[in-house]
Amino acid sequence: MREFSLKPLWNRLLDIAPLPVALLAAFAVASLLLLALNAAPGQAFASMLQGAFGTENATAETLVKAIPILFVAIGICVAFRGGVTNIGGEGQMIMGALAGVTTALLLKDAPGFVIILASILVGFAAGALYGGLAGFLKAYFNVNEILSTIMLNQVAVQLMNYLLNGPLLDPSEAGLNHIPKTARIVESAELPRLALTVPQFVANLFGWENAELFARTRLHYGLLLAIVLAIVMYILLWRTTIGYRIRAVGQNERAARYAGLNVRRQMVLAMLLAGGFAGLAGVVQVLGLQYRLQTDGSPLGFTANAGFNGIVAALFGGLNPIGAIPASVFFGGLLVGAQKMQRDLAVPAALITAINGLIVVFVVSSQIFSKRRARRRLAAPTPPATAPAAAPAPVQEQTA
Amino acid sequence: MTDSPTMRRIQHLHMQGIVKRFPGVLAVNHVDFDVQAGEIHALLGENGAGKSTLMKLLYGLYHPDEGRILIDGAEVRIRSPHDAIMQGIGMIHQHFMLVPSLTVAENVALGMKSSRGLVLDLDVVSKRLRELSEQYNLKVDPNIPIWQLAVGEQQRVEILRALYKGAALLILDEPTAVLTPQEVEDLFRILRKMTSEGHALIFISHKLHEVLAISNRITVLRDGQRVDTIPTSEATKLKLAQMMVGRPVVLEYERPPCQAGAESLVLSGVSAISDRGDLGLKDVSLKVCAGEIVGVAGVSGNGQRELAQVISGLRAPSGGSIQVGGRDVTGRPPSVLNTLGLSYIPEERMVDGVIKEFSVSENLVLQDHGRPPYTWGKIFLNFRTIARTCKDAIRAYAIKTPGPDTPVKNLSGGNIQKLVLARELSRRPKVLIASQPTRGVDIGATEYIHRRLLDERAKGTAILLISEDLDEIMALSDRILVMYEGRIVGEVPGGKVDVRHLGAMMAGASLDA
Repeated sequence: MREFSLKPLWNRLLDIAPLPVALLAAFAVASLLLLALNAAPGQAFASMLQGAFGTENATAETLVKAIPILFVAIGICVAFRGGVTNIGGEGQMIMGALAGVTTALLLKDAPGFVIILASILVGFAAGALYGGLAGFLKAYFNVNEILSTIMLNQVAVQLMNYLLNGPLLDPSEAGLNHIPKTARIVESAELPRLALTVPQFVANLFGWENAELFARTRLHYGLLLAIVLAIVMYILLWRTTIGYRIRAVGQNERAARYAGLNVRRQMVLAMLLAGGFAGLAGVVQVLGLQYRLQTDGSPLGFTANAGFNGIVAALFGGLNPIGAIPASVFFGGLLVGAQKMQRDLAVPAALITAINGLIVVFVVSSQIFSKRRARRRLAAPTPPATAPAAAPAPVQEQTA
Repeated sequence: MTDSPTMRRIQHLHMQGIVKRFPGVLAVNHVDFDVQAGEIHALLGENGAGKSTLMKLLYGLYHPDEGRILIDGAEVRIRSPHDAIMQGIGMIHQHFMLVPSLTVAENVALGMKSSRGLVLDLDVVSKRLRELSEQYNLKVDPNIPIWQLAVGEQQRVEILRALYKGAALLILDEPTAVLTPQEVEDLFRILRKMTSEGHALIFISHKLHEVLAISNRITVLRDGQRVDTIPTSEATKLKLAQMMVGRPVVLEYERPPCQAGAESLVLSGVSAISDRGDLGLKDVSLKVCAGEIVGVAGVSGNGQRELAQVISGLRAPSGGSIQVGGRDVTGRPPSVLNTLGLSYIPEERMVDGVIKEFSVSENLVLQDHGRPPYTWGKIFLNFRTIARTCKDAIRAYAIKTPGPDTPVKNLSGGNIQKLVLARELSRRPKVLIASQPTRGVDIGATEYIHRRLLDERAKGTAILLISEDLDEIMALSDRILVMYEGRIVGEVPGGKVDVRHLGAMMAGASLDA
């Protein structure tokens, strides 16, 4: 009897909790890594949490890191939903930043909002074209998009290195030992800082010094733009014919073709959007944070890996742009928190890359796991039995 | 092979009071079932009646919640297919579990221990296979790769493999679904030979005439319960159908004489390249008039797939022309054909017909999602009208689903087919291509689908019915075309056809007899 009473409960838990379970598993393995490095896991995670959200400034830095991740993640949601595995976030981000910063520098005499608007649009377009190229090659020449996007990442990095060392090099930097970077954009073209005014009692509750939250941090309006666009893209994916077609092609190309959809067009469109959002990540990073484009010669020098972290955040957010919001904040927190952990416990911050990887492995395998479970339950006969986690409890009671 | 168990005799297998619950359903409800050496016991029931669950319990794929299994009076516990095999129970699945690039002997040796440790003992396997093949008159060459074999031969390989593993009791899950009438006869001969050698066979099917032809006893399941077990000598088609469905059913329809109108679909000299790269469709000409059902009979893989795809715009023809409603549509994409009143019920409905992850209502507007009334301003989906249309369709077509928002993957095969039918018919087609419309669908749903097709015919739709089920073709068609190797090799009027004659044409025998 024990077997029968426990099993359904366990099944329900597995149904609703694949992501937290994957997360716990990832942290469990990370704990082992920490132990191997002679660090107490509890202390390490506490230090990370403190570093990510412990102070007003830490929280702001977490959100700052989350912004490019979220932009990329929104695009990845569209691409993956459309059945296109876009690994080219890094390259598309760089192209968006290059085009955006060039626009901002060329328009330096225009009013600020014109520069901002134009740079953002051009950045989006540049990323979109770069992503769309991979989409076009996949749709019309059957070129594997994973390979093409990874290669295009390299092309973008080299283009950036060339431009920042040559045509776009900051004139004041020109010299033998220059740092590859563009000139600074004009001040009026900077995205304004984002400050939140919260009621005093809330500030007291959290022990913040003042009610003018984030006023003295680097947090900028890019966050708001990203969140608004995440909601817009959610609506696009699930409430419009455009999203319907993209998802139809992603889920079942043959049925989409049967239904009369132009499958190739949807693939290119999905990649245009994905690239565009990665491009936004790049241009917003320039306008909101760095005010110029600079690099140390590696892609990481500019993107800080946001092009890849965005993929992880998108997966973790269930390939849903709204789910990507908390997921991006989470990964931003990991990155910021890791630095404090490194300071406090002398554990290399690179460990966070390992934790990132572990989360990907566990999230992806938990998805395979729940798919398999769903399939196994499909083998069960009548349809009501296979109704998914949506309404598990009442179904359970009917039989009891 | 040393680990190949010698055949364990099973004189009598008895499943007693078997109960299996799935969350929310009682899939098998106190069922008794037994089978003896030397008999074929048929298990009949609609989809979801519990017959495959019952057999999966016997084969160790599921575990019963209550009840016990006795072999020759002794209780056994079957926890896995491996246990089942060790007890002498084998199962032939509907979909063959063979690796196409490997030979027959290699497929049999797969997953078994070699008698020579790490070195393969294929010669030993081949020798034993030849003996078995001889003994049961199976006619299979152990050294031929699977991909070179026809479907019927592949099935014989599966049987051979089960015999090799020492199966005394063999469960056959819908074994005739993929065979021609001639191949079915061959299979039946093999099955009779096996019973005469002392094997016990369980035969799962929903084709009544086959069950009547081959079995000794018949057990009918409905809603997880055993309705009755009767000797085949006392059974009739009508009696069995009523036991399965639980109400009187009609197996033969009244078909008012054909009022053929204008030609709605005309193909002249159409050819097409198949996926294999050869000419899958060769110079096919046919006409379907408004209010007429034209059946296309043939063994699977003789160009029917290509025919349906060419007409529906999914495959470009390499020659010839196609007209729908008098307009030339040769080479036009599905999006254009959709607007010209062409509907298509695809053969592989799970892959082509629906998007399984999408909801019932999303699937119902697969073609028309971009048109009013399903959109606002061509961009935003109007979920209210979509849901309303969907609820109407669920009611009108008796689709069993918890609701319009349920993902289609949670529906049974019959209900998915009803959903496809609902979508295609609600588009008020002038021409309907129905490809295997009732494959894998239970009797109740089949009857329903057939009635709907006849209703469409009465409304003046031109219907091209492509099916491997001869009963279906003969019951519905006004004219029957026979396809063989990509050509139309014969035409007979519907209604008065000799099955053997039709079967001979399907197998490529001379045309005009």
